Amino acid sequence: MDLIMEQFPIVFSALNVGFLQTLKLFFVTLLGAIPLGLVISFGSMSRFRPLSYITKIIVWIIRGTPLMIQLLIIFYFPGIVLGNNIWGGSESGRFLAASVAFIFNYACYFSEIYRGGIQGVPKGQEEAGLVLGMTRSQIFFKVTLLQMIKRIVPPMANEIITLVKDTSLARIIALQEIIWAGQAFLKGSQGIAGEIWPLFFTAVYYLIFSGILTVLLGRLEKKLDYFR
Amino acid sequence: MAILEVEHLSKNFERTEVLRDISFSLEKGKVLSIIGSSGSGKTTLLRCLNFLERPDGGSIRVNGETLFDINDPITTQEAEIRRKRLHFGLVFQSFNLFPQYMALGNVMLAKELLEKERPDYKSKKKEIHAQIEQEAKNLLDQMGLSDRMNNYPHQLSGGQCQRVAIARALALKPDILCFDEPTSALDPELTGEVLKVIQSLADQETTMIIVTHEMAFARDVSSQVIFMDDGCILEQGTPEDVFENPKEERTRQFLSRYTKG
Repeated sequence: MDLIMEQFPIVFSALNVGFLQTLKLFFVTLLGAIPLGLVISFGSMSRFRPLSYITKIIVWIIRGTPLMIQLLIIFYFPGIVLGNNIWGGSESGRFLAASVAFIFNYACYFSEIYRGGIQGVPKGQEEAGLVLGMTRSQIFFKVTLLQMIKRIVPPMANEIITLVKDTSLARIIALQEIIWAGQAFLKGSQGIAGEIWPLFFTAVYYLIFSGILTVLLGRLEKKLDYFR
Repeated sequence: MAILEVEHLSKNFERTEVLRDISFSLEKGKVLSIIGSSGSGKTTLLRCLNFLERPDGGSIRVNGETLFDINDPITTQEAEIRRKRLHFGLVFQSFNLFPQYMALGNVMLAKELLEKERPDYKSKKKEIHAQIEQEAKNLLDQMGLSDRMNNYPHQLSGGQCQRVAIARALALKPDILCFDEPTSALDPELTGEVLKVIQSLADQETTMIIVTHEMAFARDVSSQVIFMDDGCILEQGTPEDVFENPKEERTRQFLSRYTKG
């Protein structure tokens, strides 16, 4: 017990550093994927057939293959095949590569959620707006948008909670996120080796963070509960 | 002079002719009922009048102004379509109220967006808003909904929703108010309250076109009845003409289903 008390400050500060990287990847992914997903969803709904086909094929490939493979390919492809490692060898380079992979992967998932949300608003809403002399953009912003947001909050919450845990995949390209930090004490780091408890402690970070997100997203869902 | 003149209107979906050579006119302050079985083109006709569908032939004139004429390319362009739509109001079978706005908000929204385009909107913002709100309240009052103004659509019964929808259409003061089977989604009790409102509008000489399956109501409220079958007007005239002395066998056959029950 005394030993754990001694090790605790070391582990705690190492995990905090790792968790900061996890949080950074989480927020950067959301910031990039939320708007990019909308662009992709417009692409897949486009009346211009070639565009919608190409978009759908890209979404199929990204959703149909493991994020881990995408991370490895995006990180190693430039260096090995093109002979130019655009990411560099530093932690910030690995972070950039991970961000690109995560944003693209999540944008594809989001695009399908948006598509469902947009197509789920009854056609009658648009028609009602049109016969009342509203323009298409007035109809989108004043009538359809909020109904679409209401529809997508529950499935988006699901993806966002998944993203919290998926960030740990970035450790495959040696991004020093929180699991990397926790596992270090298993192998040996800062005089601590063969300890399993830091990993349990790591799990607590995920639990607390996803718990906070669940509460916040639940509140947003409740806030939109005033209409049906 | 007729407020509405429709001549030789036609509409095709792919290769199906949904409307064929539709011609009729309507006097200001009168009510026209359109009856006929499902799929006879009644709804498509209303949708053409409201420019939700583009006709493939014929012309539409309101107050002598040509809104659409297949032979006059200028009138078939999209450009003025918003302004043209404002001649007509449309009440849908499924209400189509905006769920995120209260009853009052539903009635006010389109008018407010329209008034924003006025050049003096910014300087008179408050007065304009107050006036729109007062008009909306009066309309809801007239619909018997004065105690429901701050309810969201999901808190209202079907009959109340439809009355909000009627107020919403009236808020833009259309020349001609169209109803697309306004009571088909309602039970008999709620149907009664909506028909009462439409009757009161008829008493105030609101020009209306009503697509309906309520034969008794159509006979009472209208000054003119059209019977449609397979995309054509098979018969038109006064309610007495069409209901008491139908000329066509098909009309008799259609009406007999309603009188037997």
